[in-house]
Amino acid sequence: MSVPVLELENVSKIFSIKQGIFGKRKDLRAVDELTLKLQKGEVLGLVGESGCGKSTLARILLGLETPTQGRVLVDGEDITTHDRSYLARRIQPIFQDPYSSLNPRKTIGDIISLPLRVHKVGDPRDWDKQTADILDVVGLPKRVLRSYPSQLSGGQRQRVAIARALIMRPEIVICDEPTSALDVSVQSQILNLLSDLRNEFGLTYLFISHNLAVVEHLATRVAVMYLGRIVEEADASSLFAGPDHPYTNALLESVLTPDPSLGVPDTQLGAVFPNPINPPSGCHFHPRCPRAIDICSTKAPVATLRQGKRVECHLVEGAVQ
Amino acid sequence: MENILSVRGLTVDIPLAAGTLHAVRGIDFDVKRGETLCVVGESGSGKSLTSLAIMGLLPKQAQRSAQVLDFEGVDLQTASNRDMRKLRGNRISMIFQEPMTSLNPAYTIGDQLTEALLLHRKVPKPVARDRAIELLEKVGITAAANRMKQYPHQLSGGLRQRVMIAMALMGEPDLIIADEPTTALDVTIQAQILRLLKDLQRELNMAMILITHDLGVVARIADKVAIMYAGEMVEAGSAAEVFTAPKHPYTRGLLNCIPVPGKTAVGEHLGSIPGIVPSLIGDVAGCAFRSRCDEATAQCATDIPARISPAGHLYRCVHDYDMNQPKSGEA
Ligand SMILES: Nc1ncnc2c1ncn2[C@@H]1O[C@H](COP(=O)(O)OP(=O)(O)O)[C@@H](O)[C@H]1O
Ligand SMILES: Nc1ncnc2c1ncn2[C@@H]1O[C@H](COP(=O)(O)OP(=O)(O)O)[C@@H](O)[C@H]1O
Ligand SMILES: [Mg+2]
Ligand SMILES: [Mg+2]
Repeated sequence: MSVPVLELENVSKIFSIKQGIFGKRKDLRAVDELTLKLQKGEVLGLVGESGCGKSTLARILLGLETPTQGRVLVDGEDITTHDRSYLARRIQPIFQDPYSSLNPRKTIGDIISLPLRVHKVGDPRDWDKQTADILDVVGLPKRVLRSYPSQLSGGQRQRVAIARALIMRPEIVICDEPTSALDVSVQSQILNLLSDLRNEFGLTYLFISHNLAVVEHLATRVAVMYLGRIVEEADASSLFAGPDHPYTNALLESVLTPDPSLGVPDTQLGAVFPNPINPPSGCHFHPRCPRAIDICSTKAPVATLRQGKRVECHLVEGAVQ
Repeated sequence: MENILSVRGLTVDIPLAAGTLHAVRGIDFDVKRGETLCVVGESGSGKSLTSLAIMGLLPKQAQRSAQVLDFEGVDLQTASNRDMRKLRGNRISMIFQEPMTSLNPAYTIGDQLTEALLLHRKVPKPVARDRAIELLEKVGITAAANRMKQYPHQLSGGLRQRVMIAMALMGEPDLIIADEPTTALDVTIQAQILRLLKDLQRELNMAMILITHDLGVVARIADKVAIMYAGEMVEAGSAAEVFTAPKHPYTRGLLNCIPVPGKTAVGEHLGSIPGIVPSLIGDVAGCAFRSRCDEATAQCATDIPARISPAGHLYRCVHDYDMNQPKSGEA
């Protein structure tokens, strides 16, 4: 296999949290010894409930957060050996909230061209043209160049965010819940655009979403996160056809397709929500797992690798030592 | 069965500097005991104002009018503020999308849960307390007695939303209005809470109006569906009818926009609705969807009467649509 464009090697991010005024500082493992590879051209869907560490992982991959432990590799080389400008040309983010991620006091033209100016890309005389061109690529009319973010709709703002990311001609785009704040009719336009851009520019995506139907629509591979760990990772088709981890299974069952002949599924998940500062012993998922056995509460499962699939669960054959 | 809530010709106008915003434009619907009505529509379509209009909780500047706004024989338009407060504490409850806006940060969960019962029902404190603990357990909150002593900020978002739901159920309401109750929650918790609402509804024979933009939620939980667009109800009927034989081009457009595992082709283009919602400031005439509609003709600029399909569902579109011959642009 070729060198991954992005790679996490045993990466952890530990936040030190203070509880109460006199409380002692405690460690919160937002990302817990993760290993992950992003291959050129793929769409890696990252799913998991809020607080499980998806955005922290995204920020580590973007170089915006320094891992407490482990290494991040870009094109096989340690991220710390690359400068900001190089990284900005390789990796760009698109965040969830098109409202707060755009500077309200800057015009759209300024917002989109800012990366060119900061990183002094090419000839300054070309910047206006590049800005106009990228506007066209994301389907925005030229007249928005002089508008302010507040004058645009949510969908238009997300197009601005995409334009700002793409103006650096990156190869990798980290999309953190890019459509979660949008209405469905706008969401579909943005998803169509992301998929066109991927074909046109040969982009590689890390696509974070809590909407499994959206991930199933776009992803070529999927990683499922629970409390800082990736508990299952597989090709999209095989994961959606038959998940191995009980948590993945519950996630898939919770997808409410618009079928009026079906009711609301019973995921059989316990209602005990884990405290990330004091995560459950053994497998972090065991208190909610409908299939938990004795060993699950005492021993953390070791990953099982099989046919391109990776699962951390005691119930998966070959996992019990 | 008799309707618990009847609404005819409900409008909400908001005077703005640029003119009057016709945010809700003459909508009609009924809800019966034990029934779930889902109101679907994109942001700005008037869903929240509709529910606030029923609750008598509209922002001050908003003007409400209706031919009928009847809750079990009580005319909500002429009811006094005092009567409305009583109804809200007792018989009609509301669950808001963002629990922090409706939970008071300065009071414990226990105080807030029992307040309505102590105030409106004059039940003894220990009884209210027991009832609160019982409901917290029902909504899946462990160590409920301890939670009673906590403040809202000490709970996670998912827990706060459950507390809101427990609070809405304290008075055993006859009608519950839930405005996007699960939108901010994770999918597994969403499924758990929707099941819980359904169970409690059956147990208490409540009527429920659930507002959402999630068509998946609607399909799984609604008895009746109302589709709102630009302040109007453009289509309403049984969930089975609206999902399997949508009559309004907007409804079909929405259904085509969502990826459906097993149905939409992976990586292919999803359907989309071009254009934007028109401004509702000043006079609005004809079908508000016509600027975005493939089927629009000159007739669409005239008044659009409500029509009833053979299967009995209501829609506002002058065109007839053949399910077997999808128009171009529809996946
Ligand atoms: N800067 C920070 N300081 C302290 N804790 C943080 C910080 N960022 C994230 N966390 C915590 O780390 C965990 C993972 O957060 P996040 O990566 O945002 O999750 P997700 O994106 O999956 O919702 C959460 O418990 C969150 O509260
Ligand atoms: N207090 C207000 N002042 C001015 N306009 C408002 C106010 N509340 C709502 N609106 C407008 O009324 C319309 C309908 O709003 P709302 O009922 O909140 O929509 P929905 O809940 O469907 O997203 C929107 O255009 C919104 O901007
Ligand atoms: Mg996040
Ligand atoms: Mg609303």
